[in-house]
Amino acid sequence: MFDFFFQLHPVIQGLAKGLAVIMVIFPIAGACSMAERKVAAWIQDRPGPNRAIVPWVAWIPFFGKFLQRLGIFHVMADGGKMLFKEDSLPGHVNKFYFILAPIVAMIPALTTVTAVPFGAYFDSAGKVITLGLAPLDIGMLAVFAVSSLGVYSAILAGWASNSKYPFLGSVRASAQLISYELSMTLAVLPVFLWVNAPGLPGTMSFGRVVEFQSQPGFLGGMWFGFLMPLSAFIFLVALFAETNRQPFDTVESESDLVGSFHTEYGAFKWGLFFVAEYSHMIVGSGVFMLLFGGGWNPLPWVSLAMAVDWLGAILPFAHAPLFVGVLSIAIFLGKTLAMIFFFMWVRWTLPRFRYDQVMKIGWQKMLPLSIANLLFYAIAIAVLQK
Amino acid sequence: MAVITVERKPLTFLERTYLPQIAGGLATTFKHLIAPKKTLEYPEQRPAIPPGYRGVPTLVRDPNGREKCVSCQLCEFVCPPKAIRITPGEISADQTDRAHVEKAPQAFDIDMLRCIYCGLCQEVCPEEAIFLQNQYSMSGYTRAEMVNHKDKLYELGGTLPDQHYKWDQKKNAQDHGNAH
Repeated sequence: MFDFFFQLHPVIQGLAKGLAVIMVIFPIAGACSMAERKVAAWIQDRPGPNRAIVPWVAWIPFFGKFLQRLGIFHVMADGGKMLFKEDSLPGHVNKFYFILAPIVAMIPALTTVTAVPFGAYFDSAGKVITLGLAPLDIGMLAVFAVSSLGVYSAILAGWASNSKYPFLGSVRASAQLISYELSMTLAVLPVFLWVNAPGLPGTMSFGRVVEFQSQPGFLGGMWFGFLMPLSAFIFLVALFAETNRQPFDTVESESDLVGSFHTEYGAFKWGLFFVAEYSHMIVGSGVFMLLFGGGWNPLPWVSLAMAVDWLGAILPFAHAPLFVGVLSIAIFLGKTLAMIFFFMWVRWTLPRFRYDQVMKIGWQKMLPLSIANLLFYAIAIAVLQK
Repeated sequence: MAVITVERKPLTFLERTYLPQIAGGLATTFKHLIAPKKTLEYPEQRPAIPPGYRGVPTLVRDPNGREKCVSCQLCEFVCPPKAIRITPGEISADQTDRAHVEKAPQAFDIDMLRCIYCGLCQEVCPEEAIFLQNQYSMSGYTRAEMVNHKDKLYELGGTLPDQHYKWDQKKNAQDHGNAH
């Protein structure tokens, strides 16, 4: 069915896949900004934005009203506003770096997506083939390496803005990123120690991690979130800090830094920072789900293969690679979106940590904890996998 | 008063990890997430106006449909921001039963851009002819639109019950002598 696609030049194939992923990520980032407003409203006992509607949708009797109440069309209204308002360039900024910063923000945000697989299917031999833009063997390393480049945009923006608050914000951003990067990396190591079992080729790929979470048996079907709860917890907290989300959003803290590094930005350039932030969140949530949440397996101890077998009893086409691929992508996206909801839920629950508390938690609590965690699992894995 | 020294307990280990409090907070916010919403969606849903509310000042008629204002101009004089402007006039000849009232406003303008909704006009009116009623939303595109003329004031005011029928009693007393 898709033979013509595989006969295309690899570069064109890659471009098509990349565009397809961007076409998914961008609307999700837009929808996230809307969801953020809605979740905020619901938690505060408000209905949230629910007025904008496209005239011809209003003609649909019941569904149109439902979409309007859901605030779907405010996404378009927001986007349209951001596109068409005046894109002002303050007179006191370094123009080159000022314009470069939002672009630099987008590049790592979208580059990390390439290393994250988002689904899988079984070929005729029953072998698992992961779906992803680049099935890299160094998956986790690539994500860590590229995602930490994101801080350069904050630093560039803060410095080019030639203004105190953005500058302070960018200094905070770099300090915070370095502090939590350490414990994040150390928290992930036990997973890869476990995955690189003796006798298997060494790898840092996510495919192997998910494969290990979809094995039969009690220990095999267990998601790493249950097997290594402390790792998952440290990774989650560090993820909140890395994506500058509440309660670790000292970088953007409106009350003391106005708008931090994007104080001087407006219109579409500001929008790029915004999309980059949400892309980071999406990729971060995806990585968390791959490492600790079972990837595209529907439930703990229920792997994708088992689910497909069960569905096969009802649906004749359940074993078709296309169906399995779409199903796995849907499961994975659903989990990622649930994770993003959790981000928002936490944001509207917790107050912001003070900057000194952020540093104290990062260096005096998270780092020792993650080192102890690594030592414990290193010894445990050495004993178990001997 | 005796000073009671309250011992401040040091935080327990669990409290210092923040985690139980975070979980509690998440539970609270989730309850609100699914709770019924408290917003009054304004143009469709209107608030209940409490009694004694001071809305837009209006002129009222008595239950017989006659105008009550006698253009004594007390409201015009008492109005702190000078929002009221009255041009006094005669009662028209065809209203024979009201000839003894002598005066009625020829024009009665309230500039709603000046009005401060203080209610002094209602308080000072000896005829109970001007009332601040329930209308709370006034808008217009021009300054001229924001001036309520006499017709508009009567339209907004409508009819309110009258306990005295002051001028009917006066006429009765004049015609039939005082009952006392």
